[in-house]
Amino acid sequence: MASRIQIPATKYPVERFTLANGLRVVLSPDRSAPVVGVAVVYDVGIRSEPEGRTGFAHLFEHLMFQGSENLEKLAHFRHVQGAGGSFNGSTHLDYTDYFEVLPAGALERALFLEADRMRGPRLTEENLRNQVDVVKEEIRVNVLNRPYGGFPWLKLPPVMFKTFPNAHDGYGSFEDLESATVEDAQGFFDRYYACGNAVLSVAGDFDVAEATALIEKHFGDVPSRPAPVLPAFDEPDLDGERRESYTDHIAPLPAVAAGYRVPDPIAAFDAYLPFSVLAEVLTDGDASRLVERLVQRDRSVTNIGGYLGFMGDEYQVRNPTALLLQAHMPPEGDAGKVLRTIDEELDRLAADGLKPGELERTQTRMAARLLQSTDEVLGRALPMAVLELQRGRPGLLNELPRLINEVTAEQIVAAAATLRPERRAVVEVTPGAGA
Amino acid sequence: MTKTLPDLIPDSELTLPPQAERKLPNGLIVIAIRRAAVPLVEVRLRVPFGRAPLAAATLLSQALFTGTGSMSMLDIAAELQAVGGSLGAGLDPDRLQISGNALADGLGRTLEILAGVLTDATYPGEEVVTERERLVDHIQVALSQPSHLARVALLKRMFVDHPYAVQTPSEAEVHAVEPEALRELHADRVRPDGSTLVLVGDIDPEQAIDVAEKMLGGWTGVARDGEIPPTPALRPGSLLLVDRPGSVQSSLRIALPALTRTDPDYAALALANLVFGGYFSSRWVENIREDKGYTYGSHSVVEHFAAGSALVAAADVATEVTGPALLETTYELGRIASLPPGEEELEQARRYALGTLRLGMSTQAGLASLASVYAGFGLRLGHLRDHSAALAAATREQVAAVAAKHLAPSRAVTVVLGDAAAIEDQLSTLTTVERGAQ
Repeated sequence: MASRIQIPATKYPVERFTLANGLRVVLSPDRSAPVVGVAVVYDVGIRSEPEGRTGFAHLFEHLMFQGSENLEKLAHFRHVQGAGGSFNGSTHLDYTDYFEVLPAGALERALFLEADRMRGPRLTEENLRNQVDVVKEEIRVNVLNRPYGGFPWLKLPPVMFKTFPNAHDGYGSFEDLESATVEDAQGFFDRYYACGNAVLSVAGDFDVAEATALIEKHFGDVPSRPAPVLPAFDEPDLDGERRESYTDHIAPLPAVAAGYRVPDPIAAFDAYLPFSVLAEVLTDGDASRLVERLVQRDRSVTNIGGYLGFMGDEYQVRNPTALLLQAHMPPEGDAGKVLRTIDEELDRLAADGLKPGELERTQTRMAARLLQSTDEVLGRALPMAVLELQRGRPGLLNELPRLINEVTAEQIVAAAATLRPERRAVVEVTPGAGA
Repeated sequence: MTKTLPDLIPDSELTLPPQAERKLPNGLIVIAIRRAAVPLVEVRLRVPFGRAPLAAATLLSQALFTGTGSMSMLDIAAELQAVGGSLGAGLDPDRLQISGNALADGLGRTLEILAGVLTDATYPGEEVVTERERLVDHIQVALSQPSHLARVALLKRMFVDHPYAVQTPSEAEVHAVEPEALRELHADRVRPDGSTLVLVGDIDPEQAIDVAEKMLGGWTGVARDGEIPPTPALRPGSLLLVDRPGSVQSSLRIALPALTRTDPDYAALALANLVFGGYFSSRWVENIREDKGYTYGSHSVVEHFAAGSALVAAADVATEVTGPALLETTYELGRIASLPPGEEELEQARRYALGTLRLGMSTQAGLASLASVYAGFGLRLGHLRDHSAALAAATREQVAAVAAKHLAPSRAVTVVLGDAAAIEDQLSTLTTVERGAQ
């Protein structure tokens, strides 16, 4: 093999400051294309929902698009798209994000829109009922009316975890969604949507001094409210394998997912990172260990994937979280056999170590994927906002290719050795189609 | 206290990235575009595949990287990873497309490996059988997805006996494909003549083409004529109801006639589509989602195939409001086809069309996909200028005229997949319904 290719890094500039009202701001200018990305993330997610209000963080995300102090219902969408831009929001376990990507000349408009709803959304009974209906259709289209809906992100946490914040269904039960009130929404906003609990991030084609002035202008008068105390969601590791199965009445083929707890992604980042590389050694492409063994050699699965974090947001999740392996199987597939083979391959990795070049090629591909994701303005604005929110370290985005490259074979082997059957939670899908 | 919405700063003039193009002696067209923001290169190779036997072509796209005379499947994947690379293949009724990316410094090695696959793919028996079983499983899963089933029914209704009517092979057809059939199909159709390679990234365009010429110059052969006859005109008729017992939603799909990208009225049609249902701030979404709460999302889009274009509108709605959702949809189609759009809503759609076109050009991957799609229609990135100008110039009258012709509900081909027992009466209230076999 030729000498190893150099792993490049990005050098996106990062400016950080905090407004007098407590809003943290991250700016990352890059003038290579005439577009800007604007992201606002709030430090509240699925784990902070109260009992009896499953799905509320996500429902509330919808309500943030329903109008605010100076904006009628529908205005947000029209103003972003009428500026040539796109918008969205998403609710994660530990945060909720709102974002736009627009032609550079629309930056001030996006800042105005985000500041307006940060001061307060219009929470009305009519909008709430409308969005409860919309969210129920979202759950139907993404979970109830399709095969493998919610697998494994909604199905594995209740097997793996025992406390409500970690175990409950983040999309929510229809019963909980229907019983949500405007008062609940106002209380949720008052408690969690404080500017001291948020980060604003802007990436792309702008001048730092001008953007700073615009941010002061639009966000400076958002009332100062402190962040609530962040609860600890940790719970003890598994003390024995937990295994459950359920019947999916639409799915035609069996599937299985396994999760293993991993070190604290933030407090123990150095110990966490090797698991990120390990997941790729095991499952990234035809040359990875589990694909080669299970898909190609044994034909015991039709596909297998591995990643960190139930929503695949490996650098944007807090403790506790997991390394997940998920596989779909052929008609007569045997989940027990698949799990035993995974154990065998993990044992082999722990005992014999990595093959020559195996770690390097995996790291190189990981670096390329990271670089590709940062080519989009939102691929910078969003992760930088969350890295600031959770770690005070938005520049980590630039450092990740190098840090991944510094993970050693010894660390991978040590990480693999922790993925023991007695530490895992397993959920099996029994196909119910045609039954 | 009332605050005023800030004005937009007008867009700068559209600037196209530096690029170069060369037709190699083997007939392959190479287009190289520079966007240096990250040290990567995106690769798109488009090989015409019209009228290829469906089951074999689909399996070929799954098994293309299973081995060459000198490399195993694992070697190919590992060697690509070593330069940060990955390649995959996909099929549609017009073409086989190989897509991927790598570190920019790995361009030569990536194209060298790609050349090995193009000129020397062996389709080893064991690996092909594995891919064949995987494909069969994949098709079985697809057949349990309402979106897929609704698409299958719509295509059949739109294209009847045209080659586009069936785009997914049956499990039995896939089972019958032997490795030898893939070798023959590859020899027959995977040819440089008529193919287009697009490279976008942190590259010098001329040098990148030199590299492509060096690596792919040995790929030779003349392509078979895969030209597809023009698509037939849509035949509106009864609503086709496909039963999916127990379905908690109904998948509503509507096809309407459309125009090709180069038609003088295309920009006006694109704007009419946006106003109707082509983006979130459209009448259709504002009506059936934001007002009525019938759906999580509805969307309409002009789909372009080599042999013709069509406008396809899709929404998944709650079973109990299937009739009302169709009623509102028909109303919105009728409204856009009968009355000119409002001035402000047209300007909003226009700004969206012009803005998202710039967003699409702002990444290496976006540029690569756009350049590759355009190349499939014989167009180049410069077409963005013409299209932008046409979007900027389209008048209310032109939009109204094109909408009357293309978005009229009387011209719609409609398919609904859902729980027939629960929705047939609702639908029959509004239109004639014909039951289809699933």
